[in-house]
Amino acid sequence: MFAYYLELALRSLKRNKVLTTLMVLALGLGIGACITTLTVLKLLSGDPLPQKSAQLFYPQVDPFSMDGYVEGETKPQTTMTYTDAMNLLHARKATHQAVMAMTGAKIAPARANTHPFYSDGVMTTSDFFGMFDAPFQYGGGWTEADDESRARVVVIADFLNDKLFEGANSVGKTLRVNDHDFRIVGVLKHWAPQPRFYAQDLGGRSYGDGDAVFLPLQSARAADMAAGNTNCFDVIKDIKNLETAPCIWLGMWVQLDNGAAVADYKAFLANYARQQIALGRFHRPDTALPDLMQWLRDEQVVPDDVRLQAGLAFGFLLICVINTVGLLLAKCLRRSQEIGVRRALGATQRTIFAQFMVEAGIVGLAGGLLGLLFAELGLLGIRHQPAEYAGLARLDLTMFAFTFVVAIVASLIAGLLPAWRACVLAPAPQLKAS
Amino acid sequence: MQIQPIIAALRKHRLATVLLALEIALACAVLCNACFLIISRVQHTHVDSGVDESALAAVKLTGYDPASSVDLNARVLSGLAKLPGVQSVNVINAVPFGDHAGTAGISTDAAGKHFAGIVDFYVGGPGSFKALGLKLVAGSLPMASDAQPLDSFVPENATVWVTRALADHLWPGTDPLGKEFWTDKFHFRVGGVLAHLARPWGGEGGPSTIDWSVYVPAQAGRQLAGTYLLHAAPTELPRVLRDARAAMASIAPDAVVDSKNSQTLGTLRETYFRQDRLMSGILLGVICALLLVTALGIVGLASFWVQQRRRQIGVRRALGATRSDILSYFQTENFLIVSGGIVLGMVLAFAINLLLMQHYELPRLPLYYLPIGALSLYVIGQLAVLGPALRAAAVPPVEATRSVG
Repeated sequence: MFAYYLELALRSLKRNKVLTTLMVLALGLGIGACITTLTVLKLLSGDPLPQKSAQLFYPQVDPFSMDGYVEGETKPQTTMTYTDAMNLLHARKATHQAVMAMTGAKIAPARANTHPFYSDGVMTTSDFFGMFDAPFQYGGGWTEADDESRARVVVIADFLNDKLFEGANSVGKTLRVNDHDFRIVGVLKHWAPQPRFYAQDLGGRSYGDGDAVFLPLQSARAADMAAGNTNCFDVIKDIKNLETAPCIWLGMWVQLDNGAAVADYKAFLANYARQQIALGRFHRPDTALPDLMQWLRDEQVVPDDVRLQAGLAFGFLLICVINTVGLLLAKCLRRSQEIGVRRALGATQRTIFAQFMVEAGIVGLAGGLLGLLFAELGLLGIRHQPAEYAGLARLDLTMFAFTFVVAIVASLIAGLLPAWRACVLAPAPQLKAS
Repeated sequence: MQIQPIIAALRKHRLATVLLALEIALACAVLCNACFLIISRVQHTHVDSGVDESALAAVKLTGYDPASSVDLNARVLSGLAKLPGVQSVNVINAVPFGDHAGTAGISTDAAGKHFAGIVDFYVGGPGSFKALGLKLVAGSLPMASDAQPLDSFVPENATVWVTRALADHLWPGTDPLGKEFWTDKFHFRVGGVLAHLARPWGGEGGPSTIDWSVYVPAQAGRQLAGTYLLHAAPTELPRVLRDARAAMASIAPDAVVDSKNSQTLGTLRETYFRQDRLMSGILLGVICALLLVTALGIVGLASFWVQQRRRQIGVRRALGATRSDILSYFQTENFLIVSGGIVLGMVLAFAINLLLMQHYELPRLPLYYLPIGALSLYVIGQLAVLGPALRAAAVPPVEATRSVG
């Protein structure tokens, strides 16, 4: 029966080529726009560490004064002072914990006739790699002892290793960072979680390439490396000495494996804030402990423009669907006599309905194929955008399948009304008219 | 033209009429809002920086030892001045559309009680005022004695030049010359007013504060080093910049040229507004596609109606209606449907605008967008219906005698 409907539908679509082309083109444009923007939206609002994100949390405390504080409304600060970060780090209340700040690292290649250049660097503590499951190609991370002794060690990214050492095992070699010698202890495999959640609010980009060098925080600071984002809340005597200045510039991540651990850590943070208030260091009691995905939502990491584009694309698809409804309706009303004849020859309302839905489905399928083409074109355009996420915009298998789901669903919704109108048509007047 | 018979006819095609009106309503709503977004973005990209952009380029150095910055200044200033085509070189802390450097909150009293906003300080060497090409609208030009040595990011007690926009904000309705303001312990006295000077990174307070800049003459030194302003003839500028960047390898081998910020001001401006231009382009593309789809919908439905009513048209022609009567019948019909759509569309446009205002810090949609949006939809509607309507007008009266089919 289905094959017969298919044949009927194709014949009917062929009969009026202009109208069919208009429908397919409009639907294709709408679907293409939707899939393009949805692909970007999905990419940008993705989970950077799918296997681990539920266990990663971002503690927040607030050392600011009561100026401008509104109880229940003011959110705690998103970065920490050195003192608080070290207190929380050394408390070791979580399975893993690391503090970090982004920095620009001046790297001087050892070869002659090469110029120094700047790369993105992360100043952090030893647990960073274990907590974030950063994979190593050669060597490994540094130890807690290295953190404390300000050892001049560094972990470098695969692309830097390729650039400076042609991809060979460079563990044990020396890298000149900010005019100081650092010993390479590890080389990462490709590692660039998107969004770059750990760089958020620390002066780093939200999307794009991974960082080139990872250094122990205190060793990097001893080599005069600056923090990417510093926010001070009191009179500063010596901005160079960030460790003692009343400034927030560090982010902290902790791994908490279950609900009980999370509850304990929340209590610990609240207790810490109370204790600091008692000591006179803090004034505001609020603390927060968002998990990774909540943190990305809090930070509104997806650019406004991208959401606007997605909204626009859906508005556009809606218009295209309404357009298709109108055109399908016109087509089916034009065929009133054919319907009358079929009904008179014994076709039930249900079969007429099915026949028209199959026709709508075919339009949807064709629109989906065309939409896929438009989406590929759209993504090609986006890859040429200046945005930091541009290079990542590609159609994956899920979105490929999703295109057809959207296309079929949209066309079937568009087909409902015309098909219903067709099947409730009284056959007798139609036969009489002809 | 009588409207009643048209309305009576449309009632028989209620569903198709409503669909078409709905499509037009959505198109109207999206059109108004998208146009509004485009125009606000385009306006943003046309900001007047107040400087002679076509003749200026910046060279920014990083990674040098801060202790050697005095020596670096001397080497770079004399080295770059020797390059052919360079008209002047000045040290400066920031340039429009580059990274910001001297951003600070100011107050109009020494105690810092009357906070007056966050402004950007352009601190430049003695010749930078002339090199930037700043236009003075009141007061006097800076003199050599105004340029002071620096211990911090600005001199402790300085004569400064503020923009007219900032002067109007700080001292509305009064003469700003000689007025004072403070930033922490730093004290400033206004020596002149500038027509325009856009802040380096656009300003955090939005488009209204883009001109909140203060120009401070100062002497090169430890606190003012690393960024240099090149002035050259516009035609020579790209070559001069290329030469200057190449020369850095020998003039300052210890420093790293910050490639992103070492560009002509034209390039910096281009990069700065690239995202805005791109978004305007996308919005424009959507508008075109939207109008096209709407027009196609109108053509499709109108063609269908014409086909369906061939007999009725024939009867009307046989009863004495002229071709232009038939033509204007379909045109009026389209006008009525589009009107219905537009009424609904205006409500929708404001609803979408309200939604956008909540999420994207957008101002309210100005009322004059509605008649413009309506007019363009009327035009599109009339153009789209013209083809089918002409076909209808061409139906001969003899059609009345034929049976349908």
